[in-house]
Amino acid sequence: MLTSRLTAAIFIAVSSAGLALAAEPTDPQIAHIAYTAGSIDIEAAKLALEKSKNADVVAFANDMLRDHQAVNDQALALVEKLGVTPEDNDTSKGLAAAAEKEKARLAALDGEAFDEAYAANEVAYHQTVNDALDTILIPNASNAELKSLLTTGLKIFQGHQEHAEHLAASLN
Amino acid sequence: MPRQLRHRIALATLFAVLLGTAAAAKVIRIEIDRIAFAPADVTAEIGDTIEWANNDFVDHTATARSGDWDLEIPAGATAQVEADRAGSLEYFCRFHPNMQGKITVEAR
Repeated sequence: MLTSRLTAAIFIAVSSAGLALAAEPTDPQIAHIAYTAGSIDIEAAKLALEKSKNADVVAFANDMLRDHQAVNDQALALVEKLGVTPEDNDTSKGLAAAAEKEKARLAALDGEAFDEAYAANEVAYHQTVNDALDTILIPNASNAELKSLLTTGLKIFQGHQEHAEHLAASLN
Repeated sequence: MPRQLRHRIALATLFAVLLGTAAAAKVIRIEIDRIAFAPADVTAEIGDTIEWANNDFVDHTATARSGDWDLEIPAGATAQVEADRAGSLEYFCRFHPNMQGKITVEAR
């Protein structure tokens, strides 16, 4: 239920901010949202690496850490090349606030309960972020290189979602 | 050396060269680009080498569903496997299971 609430919270944050931006978030805002979303999953992976003793969960967390760091490194290199300064916005703030709550919830869990909650949240989180990329961020990115990186990012994160679904199913 | 024998040796050498050329194992290259195997479907003969080149900035794997092989292919690296028996092999990336491919291996 808490996972559903988190999903709803992030979805509302993403959706309402998208609407608040008149469906036209700027490239600096899009870059900030994408980077924030990646950083949130890196933090979740670090928590999983601290807490989990399940080999599959640890392997998945290492995959998330490595991939999201690689995408964020590419994003940083791109904004530097383009001379763009990522701009904080309501969507980024909503994502960060929801992530803090979820991190606190996960931190209070241990053992199998943690593993199952982490995997379930990874499924829900990637679904939410992928929807936001597909419907808001990619369509509104005006720079071709930013759009291309976001499109590649979406394919990577769709892979993560599928991977997380397999992991969650194997833990139940 | 008698002329007939010389001819026989020359013919045998020619056949050996021709056979050798026809039977030479190939390297079949699969590019990994933007989270996809390209081409996703290849045909090889026994003895051929399948080589994946990872052009992406994230690591991938080529993992046979049969469990025969599981190759890690870091960003910018290549990895190879030899086609050692006939059949159809499906494979995927363990890190991004939405990446899938198929290798059909035929007898030489």
